[in-house]
Amino acid sequence: MKRWSKAAALVLAAAVTAACGAGGRPDDAKPGSTVGITDTTIKIGAHFPLTGVAAPGYSEIPSGHKAYYDYVNAHGGVNGRKIEFVVRDDAYNPTTTSQVTNELVLNDEIFAMVGGLGTPTHGAVVDFLNDAKVPDLFVSSGSLQWGDYPKDKPFTFGWQPDYEIEGKIIGDWVKKNKPDAKIGLFLQDDDFGRDGEKGARRYLDDQIVAVAKYSPGNTDVAPQMAQLQAAGVDMVLGFNVPSYTALSQLVSLRLGFKPTWFYSNVGSDPTLVGALLARFSEGAVTDGASLLDGVMTTEYIPGVDAPDDPWLKLWQKVWSEHGADGDLTNYRVYGMSQAYTFVQALQAAGPNPTREGIVAAVEKAGKTFEGPGNAPFRFTGESHLGISGMAVVEIQNGVGEAKTPVLVTDIGDAPIKEDDSAAKDSPPANGIPNVKAVE
Amino acid sequence: MTRRQLLLALGALVVVILVLENTGPFRNGQFAAMAYYAIAAGGLTVLTGLNGQLSLGHGALMAVGAYTAALMLQERDAALPLVLILLIATGVTLVVGALVGVAAARLHGPYLAGATLALAVAVPGIPLYFSETLGGEQGLRVRVPEIPTWLADAVYFVTGQDLTPTRYLAYLGWLGVIIVFVLLANLSRSRIGRIWQAVRDDEVAAELAGINLGRARVLAFVVSAGCAGLAGGLLALSARIAAPSGFTLTLSLLLLSAVVLGGLGSLVGALVGAALLTFLPQVVTGVGEDLGLTDVQAAQLAPLIYGLVTVLVVLLAPAGLAGGLRKLTQWRRST
Repeated sequence: MKRWSKAAALVLAAAVTAACGAGGRPDDAKPGSTVGITDTTIKIGAHFPLTGVAAPGYSEIPSGHKAYYDYVNAHGGVNGRKIEFVVRDDAYNPTTTSQVTNELVLNDEIFAMVGGLGTPTHGAVVDFLNDAKVPDLFVSSGSLQWGDYPKDKPFTFGWQPDYEIEGKIIGDWVKKNKPDAKIGLFLQDDDFGRDGEKGARRYLDDQIVAVAKYSPGNTDVAPQMAQLQAAGVDMVLGFNVPSYTALSQLVSLRLGFKPTWFYSNVGSDPTLVGALLARFSEGAVTDGASLLDGVMTTEYIPGVDAPDDPWLKLWQKVWSEHGADGDLTNYRVYGMSQAYTFVQALQAAGPNPTREGIVAAVEKAGKTFEGPGNAPFRFTGESHLGISGMAVVEIQNGVGEAKTPVLVTDIGDAPIKEDDSAAKDSPPANGIPNVKAVE
Repeated sequence: MTRRQLLLALGALVVVILVLENTGPFRNGQFAAMAYYAIAAGGLTVLTGLNGQLSLGHGALMAVGAYTAALMLQERDAALPLVLILLIATGVTLVVGALVGVAAARLHGPYLAGATLALAVAVPGIPLYFSETLGGEQGLRVRVPEIPTWLADAVYFVTGQDLTPTRYLAYLGWLGVIIVFVLLANLSRSRIGRIWQAVRDDEVAAELAGINLGRARVLAFVVSAGCAGLAGGLLALSARIAAPSGFTLTLSLLLLSAVVLGGLGSLVGALVGAALLTFLPQVVTGVGEDLGLTDVQAAQLAPLIYGLVTVLVVLLAPAGLAGGLRKLTQWRRST
């Protein structure tokens, strides 16, 4: 019996090897990949944290994307193609990001990744996307690595202003307006904090008296706040996410630490921070948004605090016609603004888009895209970094009041200039961009 | 090694080749993930099922393996062959496992769970502290080395398909599963395995029989840690990254739940548990989307169903899916 089964196994193994014999390697080269595109549809996708600790806020971004694509589809799509947007949950865990990106690229066969969120998470898949030559458009993170060296990652593009130029613009403003302040930095210990610090130090190196870093996940920031307080800091620049804005506010209340706060755009959404404050303080802070009165931050797209802005009117219309449950939020506005840029890129890629073609089109025409961004994009063959500037604002009653015109710059020692031109762009009447195809 | 096991292993290899060659790159990727879960769960099931030690720290041990492999895979042209890198990852984790094991050997039940829990909580903090070398929160990017030309050519000669990187990793993973499972099966049938069971069932009796309790426990922990290390190395390759957020306590708990779902102490059970971990979320999310749920709802459905399945298995088949199946066949045979 045993001998028989052994023989059977050997025969089976031999049969397997023989059955699949091959001839020569076929050789086919195509001019460009059209995976994910049919005559009537185009399928794109992205990874977002829909569950887990990073889900509050961020999980709303894809709903903004979807609403805007549905709006465009209801108006005939782009060149007759309807946009399908597939969202996969990575719970902000890079291992899962890898798995769901495999699923998006290999199983769902998306044409392009649009808006994949997070620095550690997207970092896990950026090489894979570039190796597979999948356009990796408009990453939802301001890390420099998506665009400062396009030769390494030719298919990847940033979208929001990178953290270094945000650091520069904040640093420049503080230098000019608070030249005597003792500055403390409150940094997330990754690219976000590092790039931001690099930018801020360009102007504030001699004013910075203390640097405190936190690791995401560790919710005790009392040591960091005590360190800044002990150093006599009277202005804190925070490059941190919203939950750490709330934590730092609560802890400094407890310590009696009352500096001027300047949070980067990422961490300053008053609605979300207000809700987090109420939750973290277990109800002790009821009017969280007012706690943020007088807090400084930056703004690069109009948000829900400016309901009369023509872009907001468009987003409100899109959301009420095609949105899911819930109100329009800044995260949904962010998603719609990104979606708007993708529609522009797709139009620029022409009636027969290919993966290579859309990358070339963004490099060629991206600088001229007029959209909700307050400053123009920097897309060229040499840079895949996104929006080039922002305005400094002060929050009062949950509303951002501009303290400067839009300030535009680039990484490195590029000067900071005032440039309101892109902020005056208003949406076309039908709410759908009209970008000419790149030759 | 018995002839039966060798045959089983050969048969498994044939099945693996058939399955991997006839599935697309996406399924290949899922099978690669299943392989590393299976190896880690296999090690854990031997530790918990056979030796009765509960470890909540296997996710952390996987992190040790993953970071070891990642450190050696920073360039595309890795200095060492991939198999050697995985062996080193296993070895390093073995050493860490031995250190933890020595401490663990003095503890029982909830105390051991507590100690290993501390490991699971503390280890993800290490890369944050040494962020210069270990990449901090963003982790270490892993570059999968080029497939050796001779292997690519050999596979093409045999199968007529080019060896894709995902399939390569899936083969590597499943080769690991087969080797590890054969070794574990042998070990648990050997004198050592009987000693482990004796320690689990009755410490006093085992000691009276001349068994050194501490040594038996440390050895079980070391073997189990080695498996976790290999699994971690494979995970880093598949995920293309080793980052702290990939090795939170959740991973340790998921592994434990996979072992419980499959059936404690059973290698087949470990395989079943690994399959559930890999395929269930994707399938459930797909079903949710087909039912017209929103993305967020569909994503939340996966952990819900996973929890329900766990509750049902514990209620209806306390010996796990593999154990329940065995009981079912026995019952049918007897009636």
